[in-house]
Amino acid sequence: MKYETVIGLEVHAQLLTQSKIFCGCSTKFGQAPNHNTCPICTGFPGVLPVLNKKVVEFAIRAGLATHCEIARWSRLARKNYFYPDLPKGYQISQYELPICTNGYIDIAFNGVAKRIRLTRIHMEEDAGKNIHDLRSDASLVDLNRAGVPLLEIVSEPDIRSAEEAGNYLRTLRAMLQYLDICDGNMEEGSFRCDANVSVRPEGTTALGTKVELKNLNSFKGVEKAIEFEIRRQIETLSDGGSLVQETRLWDPDREETRSMRTKEFAHDYRYFPDPDLLPVAIDEKWIDEIRASLPELPGARKVRLISQYDIPAYDAELLTNRKDVADYFESTLIIHRNPKVIANWITGDLFRLLKDRKLDEKLYITDWPVQADNLAAMVALIDQGKISGKIAKTVFEAMADSGSSPQKIVAEKGLEQVSDPESIEKAIDQVLIAHPKQVADYQAGNQKIFGFLVGQIMKATQGKVNPQKANEILKRKLTEGNEISATSGRKLD
Amino acid sequence: MKLTREEVQRVAMLARLRLTPEDEERLTEQLDNILQYVGKLNQLDTSGIEPFTHAVDIANPMREDAITNEPNADAILANAPAQENHFFQVPKIIE
Amino acid sequence: MNLAALTLHEAREKLRKREFSAQELIEAVFRRISETEEKLHCYITLSHDTALKEAKQADELLKTDTNPHSLLGIPIAVKDNFLTRGIQTTCASKFLENFIPPYDCTTVKKLRASGAIITGKTNLDEFAMGSSAENSAFFATHNPWDTDRVPGGSSGGSAAALAADQCIVALGTDTGGSIRQPAAFCGVVGLKPTYGRVSRYGIIAFASSMDQVGPMTKDVRDSALMLEAIASYDPADSTSANRPVPQYSASLTGDVKGLRIGIPKEYFVSGIQPAVEQAVHKAVRQLEKNGAAIKEISLPHTDYAVAVYYIVATAEASSNLARYDGMRYGHRARAKDLTETYMLSRAEGFGPEVKRRIMLGTYALSAGYYDAYYLKAQRVRTLIKKDFDEAFKSCDAIIAPTAPTTAFKIGEKTQDPLQMYLSDIYTISVNLAGLPAISLPCGFDPEGLPIGMQIIGKHFDESTILAIAYAYEQSTGWHKRKPNL
Repeated sequence: MKYETVIGLEVHAQLLTQSKIFCGCSTKFGQAPNHNTCPICTGFPGVLPVLNKKVVEFAIRAGLATHCEIARWSRLARKNYFYPDLPKGYQISQYELPICTNGYIDIAFNGVAKRIRLTRIHMEEDAGKNIHDLRSDASLVDLNRAGVPLLEIVSEPDIRSAEEAGNYLRTLRAMLQYLDICDGNMEEGSFRCDANVSVRPEGTTALGTKVELKNLNSFKGVEKAIEFEIRRQIETLSDGGSLVQETRLWDPDREETRSMRTKEFAHDYRYFPDPDLLPVAIDEKWIDEIRASLPELPGARKVRLISQYDIPAYDAELLTNRKDVADYFESTLIIHRNPKVIANWITGDLFRLLKDRKLDEKLYITDWPVQADNLAAMVALIDQGKISGKIAKTVFEAMADSGSSPQKIVAEKGLEQVSDPESIEKAIDQVLIAHPKQVADYQAGNQKIFGFLVGQIMKATQGKVNPQKANEILKRKLTEGNEISATSGRKLD
Repeated sequence: MKLTREEVQRVAMLARLRLTPEDEERLTEQLDNILQYVGKLNQLDTSGIEPFTHAVDIANPMREDAITNEPNADAILANAPAQENHFFQVPKIIE
Repeated sequence: MNLAALTLHEAREKLRKREFSAQELIEAVFRRISETEEKLHCYITLSHDTALKEAKQADELLKTDTNPHSLLGIPIAVKDNFLTRGIQTTCASKFLENFIPPYDCTTVKKLRASGAIITGKTNLDEFAMGSSAENSAFFATHNPWDTDRVPGGSSGGSAAALAADQCIVALGTDTGGSIRQPAAFCGVVGLKPTYGRVSRYGIIAFASSMDQVGPMTKDVRDSALMLEAIASYDPADSTSANRPVPQYSASLTGDVKGLRIGIPKEYFVSGIQPAVEQAVHKAVRQLEKNGAAIKEISLPHTDYAVAVYYIVATAEASSNLARYDGMRYGHRARAKDLTETYMLSRAEGFGPEVKRRIMLGTYALSAGYYDAYYLKAQRVRTLIKKDFDEAFKSCDAIIAPTAPTTAFKIGEKTQDPLQMYLSDIYTISVNLAGLPAISLPCGFDPEGLPIGMQIIGKHFDESTILAIAYAYEQSTGWHKRKPNL
């Protein structure tokens, strides 16, 4: 029996506001414990929440970018439960009237565009942090994070594989970064994901038993956890077993999902509209203002790069998937305008370098192994004929190692391309003299020998000879047969 | 429909209240009594009536995104039953 | 001159005339407290030393103060559910015994800035849940008119302190009648402003959609003056109304000619003490003599108000009181694990009435019951509000008794919670609709116990109800009578 996977993802994105959602405390990460707190975000008696306008603006930005309906009236609600990192004993969130509904994100998966629908986007406050491992007999609570604004983004169960899930997450994260509302850092917890996974026999429409996966702390973790879970579910069903609707934690060390301790009482959050907050009104004017000020989104940027710089769609896609890469690309063009070649260097050598150095998992790269202006300058040197494409590879590696400019590296290592006809002729003559048999072979009709001779010329000149010029001159010398330079003094028969 | 003891126990857990067996018995009776009384609301036809939201008919006010708070961890921790290095110390949380 | 017996407007005028000093005033008040506290138990915390110091400072400032609206040197008693920075705030609960707030509530901040001096924190029903002050975890407060009787609740301590001249003015909160009913039981004036008129920031929340701060005073003029001092927009309270504050005292002309007063027929059915009914009817006739037009009106959903209240208020309270978990402040029990810590801290810290309401509210919000209870109650609440909207189309104010009886005996109603709840019948609808209402004395029963009359107004129309109250008060003079202590 073949099974189909049905996956829905719930993302919590921490918003890049200065202050918390309901009080004027700073959201700055990494402060001393309970340093960013006040009576409001620590749930003291008598305190009241006041909504941060920027949070609403960011939610509208996200909603517009994902084609959601923006609610003209939305409500904040209390989600009630007890936990030490939840100071009020309830979280202020949204329940019945969320700010955004019915949107979508288009992802490109295996070259095919696919639309993942969004059920809703809503605003809520983050909880504090519990620290368990400093003591064995007590836990410690830091409420700095309590009250930091979050957007909860819920997808419809439109995702069909772990890889697709990873793709969706990367696309969503890029979008939030482009919108400048979230920095998308999964490791630091500013971008979190829970997955809902179920399977069903292929061709059927009824949903199978849904399992919620938590503790997914990296993109790889998400994909692996989903894969494991799919296997587990299919194996269980194939063996005739049945699945329990439950929450399972991903264990990244043992690479498996494990059932959470079954609670004696299921969560009953007793949602009701928060009486301390009034309905949030959003008018057309405000939405229009926000729409007009939306930064260029990945899709639009891709289209512009294609038309403005005449680069292939495939490259444009790769360059705009991440805002930092797109910014890098466009900043190189300020130094030297050869978009096609630069695009190749970025999507080829630079990407490879990022992957090797594990920089590709970083969310916004600021410490590039090769600076944008250096890459641009290097391509300029190629275009000026100062170095060959081949030598450029060496220069590239050297730049990644030392951070020096390409000009400096070329000068230090004497990598400058040999382009003057006299030197080239001299070098070619020497090769031709050294390989008479091959010359005769070529002249007898064996075209393939040309490559061998070119290789020898490269070797003799440590790769520095200008390849196009060398090819030209070599061809001329071989076809014109007996002619050798006056300075070499040997006659060919 | 009479309120059962099991329901009282369930609600007590949701509310994190430890009840003695006497508490449970007394509360079951008292709450059942009160719930019977409030059940009179079912006499009213409220179809088409919007639930009350607020006495004042205005939209939620919003504040500018600005840091207005002077940090004072000591004041926040001053009433803590237990603290350690500016953390609130609480009984061990088992996940 | 018995300084402690002065009203706010009298004390202010005489202080400026230097007839006595602020120190003398505060000393007189504290003398009165020490004479009567043993019998009454109005205060949980007394701020004698600080108050004396502040009085000294007030005397200095009074030398050059020209602000006629300032409260410099005026002794004020504050209900112990107002957060007062540096002063223990217990909410009459074991849970918050020894809790010292790190901040002042907005109302106290305003009054302090105006120079008022806090005499201390007064007793209440624990977490403001009750109608008699008997639910305090510490002690019951006694009614100055008859110390075997309750002062009313939940602002019982403030009402009794005021009636006994243990302060010049007092602050209370009103969620279902908690200012008005004790005012009626103690023969003083209690005003619950329109919801949103006074900031709730820094008041320990009970039912967020109904709680309001209000003044308790010895006469109507004081009530108007206090409202002027505390009403304002507060950006820290999202439910605070952003509207200008009128000069309420300017409406105290004594003239009620042409004002239309509605008498709800549903309020005068069985269960009301005959003396109360007679006194209120007599008061209405007095106002008619003063020129007001009286008509009968109907508030058809009156009978459902208590049911609505005990679902919605307890639901909100169950959520508001979740923060009392022993993790960051308040009582933490010795327990074997986290869950037990929660359960025992709250079981040990909360009294039976608080637990009962938390249970009721949790139930009303829980899965499977939300629609039948919470949502249903909120819909009926809309109907109750519509009753008032309709009634106010044809009248400017509504008059009713404040409570169906005069002060009952201590211990009389503690056996049956539902009986206690039903005594809120006249005050509760007002909170459900968010309207302003004032209670003032309108007579005494055969036992010599005060009877209160309630005047209910349109949203933000405190001026009209103060005007009517003033006119009645000046025509009758009940407020001049004092208990025999």
